[in-house]
Amino acid sequence: MRSIARHPLLRRLVETVLTLFGVAVLVFTTLRAIPGDEITATLGTEAAGLSAEQQESLRAYYGLDKPLVLQFFSWLGNVLTGNLGFSRRAGATVGEMTANALPVTMELAVLATIVGLLIGVPLAMLSASRPNGVRDGFGQLVGLAALSVPNFLLGAALLTVISRYAHYNPNAQGFAHFTQDPLLNLQQMLFPALILGFGLAAPIMRTARSALLEVQTQDFVRTARGKGVAPWRLRVRHVLHNALNPIVTMTGIQFGYLLGGAVVVEQIFSVPGLGRQVLAGIQQKEYAVVQSTVLVIATTFVVVNLLTDLLYRVIDPRVRAA
Amino acid sequence: MKLPSALSAPATRCVLAVAAAALVATGCSSGTPGKEGSTGSGTLVVGYTADPNTLDPWKATQFQAVHLLEQVYGTLTELDGDLNVKPGLAEKWQYADGNKTLTLTLRQGVKFHDGKPFSSADVKSSIERIQKPETAAVAAATVKSIQSVDAPDPQTVVLHLTAPDAGLLAGFATTNLAMLSKDDTSEAIGQKPNGTGAFTFGSRTAGQSVKLTANGDYWGGKPKVGGLEFRIIPDQTSVVAALQSGNVQFATLDDPLVAKSAEGSGLKVAKTPSLSYHVLQLNARKAPLDKLDVRLAISCAIDRKQVLDTAALGAGEVTGPITSPAYKSDPNARPCPTRDVAKAKQLLAGAGLANGVTIPAIVSQGEYATSVNEAQNLQAQLKEAGITLDLQTLESGAYVDKWVAADFTAAVALNGGRPDPDGMYGRYFTSTGNLNRVAGYSSPELDKLFAEGKATTDPAKRKEIYTQVSRHLEDNAAWVWLFSSYGYTATTQGVAGFTPMANGSLQNLRETSLQ
Repeated sequence: MRSIARHPLLRRLVETVLTLFGVAVLVFTTLRAIPGDEITATLGTEAAGLSAEQQESLRAYYGLDKPLVLQFFSWLGNVLTGNLGFSRRAGATVGEMTANALPVTMELAVLATIVGLLIGVPLAMLSASRPNGVRDGFGQLVGLAALSVPNFLLGAALLTVISRYAHYNPNAQGFAHFTQDPLLNLQQMLFPALILGFGLAAPIMRTARSALLEVQTQDFVRTARGKGVAPWRLRVRHVLHNALNPIVTMTGIQFGYLLGGAVVVEQIFSVPGLGRQVLAGIQQKEYAVVQSTVLVIATTFVVVNLLTDLLYRVIDPRVRAA
Repeated sequence: MKLPSALSAPATRCVLAVAAAALVATGCSSGTPGKEGSTGSGTLVVGYTADPNTLDPWKATQFQAVHLLEQVYGTLTELDGDLNVKPGLAEKWQYADGNKTLTLTLRQGVKFHDGKPFSSADVKSSIERIQKPETAAVAAATVKSIQSVDAPDPQTVVLHLTAPDAGLLAGFATTNLAMLSKDDTSEAIGQKPNGTGAFTFGSRTAGQSVKLTANGDYWGGKPKVGGLEFRIIPDQTSVVAALQSGNVQFATLDDPLVAKSAEGSGLKVAKTPSLSYHVLQLNARKAPLDKLDVRLAISCAIDRKQVLDTAALGAGEVTGPITSPAYKSDPNARPCPTRDVAKAKQLLAGAGLANGVTIPAIVSQGEYATSVNEAQNLQAQLKEAGITLDLQTLESGAYVDKWVAADFTAAVALNGGRPDPDGMYGRYFTSTGNLNRVAGYSSPELDKLFAEGKATTDPAKRKEIYTQVSRHLEDNAAWVWLFSSYGYTATTQGVAGFTPMANGSLQNLRETSLQ
């Protein structure tokens, strides 16, 4: 019996459930701490003109008249039975909205990560091939630029330039899901993925560079070189392969952040992802929308972390043995 | 290419394969030209920064919701380009019994979108439901003077008023008093709006778009476009980019800077003086603003034009309290028509505050584009008169919360205007008005003037009365009115026939055509 309780998988599961419960409590209380409620969010300053009776009836309508503890547990109970809540603003259930938004966010995160890896890893290999040389300087400079240029600036500038001079703006055509119109969808994802990927390239490049430099100095590399392994084969097969672990860790973490919604880029490029769903929920003070969506994001984050851990085992046989 | 074969782990190989595929896909598609005006023939695409937050016209106050619902619903009266009352669902009307009975004759042959005929029973049901507290209709106060509604025949509605109410007919023109079918509930129309307007509700996708179809049975004639699509593009700069690419053909803008950039890039931009006004609201029920001299000192220490020029690029007009064209206040009719710092200091000294005074003021961040700039300019100007404006900059939700609760001493605000001065200020500045707590000022003289303004329907007499109201508000520095800004309508070159309105209404989309 005790051995089952100590099973790493079970422990992991208990930890996960506790983490998610903590997230739920935190989001619930933080939301209530923000001034205003769904009444003032819907009516704006006109809410001031409501009579006392009108206000009372609205509080009941929005379910704000119930005690907080009751609000929390009735929401949590609903979530456990698969009912994530209803958004009056959207005229849809949070389940439907999330089913629409989650694949969009996933797709954007995957594409952005690919762009980030395609820029970051080669750049790191270029830098590491001649540390402190001209190549390294160039790589570091690009990395620094990616890190310091804010994506709202880059996004808005790019959008304005292509719309005005090329009259090309796929993101203004009304969003198309990949299953509806793959060609339009990929065009709409192109610029957001490039911008996010560019920002992502910086941490990947920095992590990869230091990992590569560390591996490069190890004995087996010298041995391989001595044996006459071709330089590029050496860099890829021997050095990069052994430096993958920190790169995967960093990419996994960044990917998790992207799932939380690349709010700013989603706003600029009108991409209806999870980030915008949360933002609109906060602005409208639709508590159930925010709580449930954040819970979905947190769950996905946890799953991605789990997958990253599993990926180590694939990449590095030493982890498998341990 | 040696790279993939050089890697042994299948997972890594898979990642690279996906990456290559994506590159090929995006590479191909970036070469494909965008589909210009991707919608079906004759659909006007309106760029729109947020989802409408409700589909219930009686609760709609957000711009997006109002702009959408005014296409779908009809009102008893409407406003023309100069904001004069014109027939809507009511074709004509007649006052009787010392202006205490108003008889409306309804238009014949009007149908709701679900096919049911519109009749006096719907008007009676709508007004009575709006008056019920549990409906929580935002315009309930506008129809407060209606004691009872009779529907003697399908085409006639008789309104019995508690007292004469000359502002009522103009008041009816708001979407917040839209006529609903007696068979519809709030819940039902929250999902599927059913009105008598020029467009019928089609479909909506949260965060993406709302689609409307032209109503062939519309009493004013079928609209010139086949439909409207309100496409949600959250960022105003991105809306302009969408117009430039031709994918969106129509948008309203409120940030003068954004409007300027749109104008410079070949779009048609029309600017319309707006009824809304930028104001420094003073709460005369809180010390030290309960002293008239302190309020007057603030009023005298501010050059309105300077606020307009520095905060809003000069895009607007200095204004007095009333902004509607027919009753417009003379902006110079106030105690210090030009800035007078010496007078301000003298007034402060008279109030026993020669050493200066500190006034806390709330400002919203993000509610509208120019708020913080206005506040900072006001702060700088007042400082020269020894008045410290202690600015509390709040996120817009927090600001609205404090404003609604009247929990402020002073507030930098942008308030909406209405065509009729009674509708605009009666609710703020009469002692029984539902916003009087927020206005922070009332007086027996004002109560009397507002009552007189309601009692007469003679336009010349009413103009005189509201000029006095305006003068009283300025002489007592109830608030400090600053300027009214412009509303901007940006369209692509092919859009014709749209007339913007000073109240920001988009009702004329039904007249708009697309070439």
